[in-house]
Amino acid sequence: MDSDQLLVLYGQMAVIRRTEKAAYDMFMAGLVKGTTHLASGQEAVAVGASAALHPDDYVFATYRGHHHAMARGATPEECLAELMSRATGLCKAKGGSMHLTKAVSGMLGSYAIVGSHLPMAAGAAWSAKLRGTDQVAVAFFGDGATNIGAFHEALNLAAVWKLPVLFVCENNLYMEYTPISAVTPVPNPAADRAGAYGIPAEVIDGNDVVVVYEAVSKAAERARAGEGPTIVEAQTYRHYGHSRADPAKYRPAEEVERWMKHDPLDIARARLEALGVDQEAIAGADAEAKRIVDEAVDAAKNAPAPDLAEAFTDVWADGGAAWRT
Amino acid sequence: MADLTYREAVAEGIAREMRRDPTVVCLGEDIGPAEGVFKTTVGLFNEFGPERIWDTPISEQAIVGAAMGAAMTGLRPVAEIMFSDFLACCWDYLANEIPKVRYMTGGQVTVPLVVRPANGGGLGFGAQHSQAVENWAFTVPGLKIVAPSTPADVIGLMAAAIRSDDPVVFFEHKGLFASSGPRPPEGHVVELGQAAVVREGSDVTVVALASTVPMALAAADQLSTEDISVEVVDLRCLIPLDMRTVLASLERTSKLVVVEENPYQGGWGATVVSIVADEGFQLLDAPIKRVAGANVPLPFADDLEKQVIPTVDKLTDAVRALAAY
Repeated sequence: MDSDQLLVLYGQMAVIRRTEKAAYDMFMAGLVKGTTHLASGQEAVAVGASAALHPDDYVFATYRGHHHAMARGATPEECLAELMSRATGLCKAKGGSMHLTKAVSGMLGSYAIVGSHLPMAAGAAWSAKLRGTDQVAVAFFGDGATNIGAFHEALNLAAVWKLPVLFVCENNLYMEYTPISAVTPVPNPAADRAGAYGIPAEVIDGNDVVVVYEAVSKAAERARAGEGPTIVEAQTYRHYGHSRADPAKYRPAEEVERWMKHDPLDIARARLEALGVDQEAIAGADAEAKRIVDEAVDAAKNAPAPDLAEAFTDVWADGGAAWRT
Repeated sequence: MADLTYREAVAEGIAREMRRDPTVVCLGEDIGPAEGVFKTTVGLFNEFGPERIWDTPISEQAIVGAAMGAAMTGLRPVAEIMFSDFLACCWDYLANEIPKVRYMTGGQVTVPLVVRPANGGGLGFGAQHSQAVENWAFTVPGLKIVAPSTPADVIGLMAAAIRSDDPVVFFEHKGLFASSGPRPPEGHVVELGQAAVVREGSDVTVVALASTVPMALAAADQLSTEDISVEVVDLRCLIPLDMRTVLASLERTSKLVVVEENPYQGGWGATVVSIVADEGFQLLDAPIKRVAGANVPLPFADDLEKQVIPTVDKLTDAVRALAAY
């Protein structure tokens, strides 16, 4: 990856990091209701993978999905407006933090039932195969999803039908509040299961955007060549707790410190410096990210609330909600 | 033209749509060369081949989840769930994913798919293969629900269901598979949400669905010898629910019996009668009666099963009780 491309990816990660911080601040200020599952610390998985995909590929993500929505073209303003229940939100304020979706750019949803979207991604890949396109589908999921039935059913179907689908596990070491190692009999919860389905797997540093880009590029190439699914297990770490109710006190201080020093933005910055990119250009990307997110916060705060009639739209394809005569 | 059976109508209805629309594909257990455990996909694999008729593993979540992903990306999948009891194995998709994704994305995606379970009892399959579970789907806003009673309606409603841009659960009744009726002409479509008055009468309206339609017609025949004139309404669909036809019938008869195979507790008849109580109370000259499945698991022995599911005798008793008013 050349320095120009890496600088773009760095900028995207910086925007996501600042958007997540803004989401946190607005939650604490009472401007975001419900809950949020922030992806700070996991930006490299979304950004590196998206850089490896084609614009018409499909992405399915989880309730911790702000980074995936933004990596696939959702703007910080659309995302923050959604979190703040504004009419201009990505899903018209009907989805919320856990369901960010940008279908026009192939980001087909964030699903909040753990593991549910892996079969969907297999289905989208099946569809691409039947329609004769070279599209691939990617399911991003957490380590916790590897112990639910839908994960195993999806892997089996994808393997036996040789579907162009990538299963990208964001292993952030905790299924909600419990260490994944305490509830899983193998050290790599996704990759170590791959052999049972004859699927190739790779465990990578999910905080290095270049490593993610390369692994996903290789997996996508396999898929496009008709060689079937791949599992990529990206080791990463979340900077915040599981959700807004969680201060994450169950994580050892030493572990947190180690991972904070292994930050995706720091790693990308070091790579940029090694490629000879000057400090000014990196600072410029940071300043641009700050400008984008500051403007997004203002715009979202000033956006109107949804029209109340919207509660009764979008149930059916005709746009309405009529269920009887 | 020769008659055809209800089971032949299922395959014929699917085949007609597959001939006119190349995006229609089928998936399910044993639906390919084996032609379905209920022989409802006879001829499909032969005519359309393995590119459009896909045998799956026993993986209900993968089947319905993949159908969802395919429906979101340009196909019109028709997914068979062998016994409707097995919907419980993939209920996440019917309860949380398929009916909600359009709404929670603010209308960004559509899921034009059909899920076809074989439903209902009376065949001695015991508690886990005999249930009438149309009321399960009826609890979930966002699903259209079809349950035909004749071969012609199977074909006409299958056309409408497959062409629908909304998700449809298409309940085929196991007890009706061997029944036969006229073969409808090519191009026969029955719009979703249009009930049929299948027998006109003046004393009591019987609202029925699927297996209880022939039961109601048999009861009406029997009661006509007692000078009781029964009007039979075949709802055909639960969603959209054609209450206009029910209320119009009550304007003629002023008395209502609902006959439903699903359990009395939470059965769809409860919603029908609550609407009548709310909006048609002034039309009534007698209390409303519901003949429904008993609130017990379904027993194996024929004589025991008859105790707990609707029968002609139970229905005639209910109608007689109302006719006396």
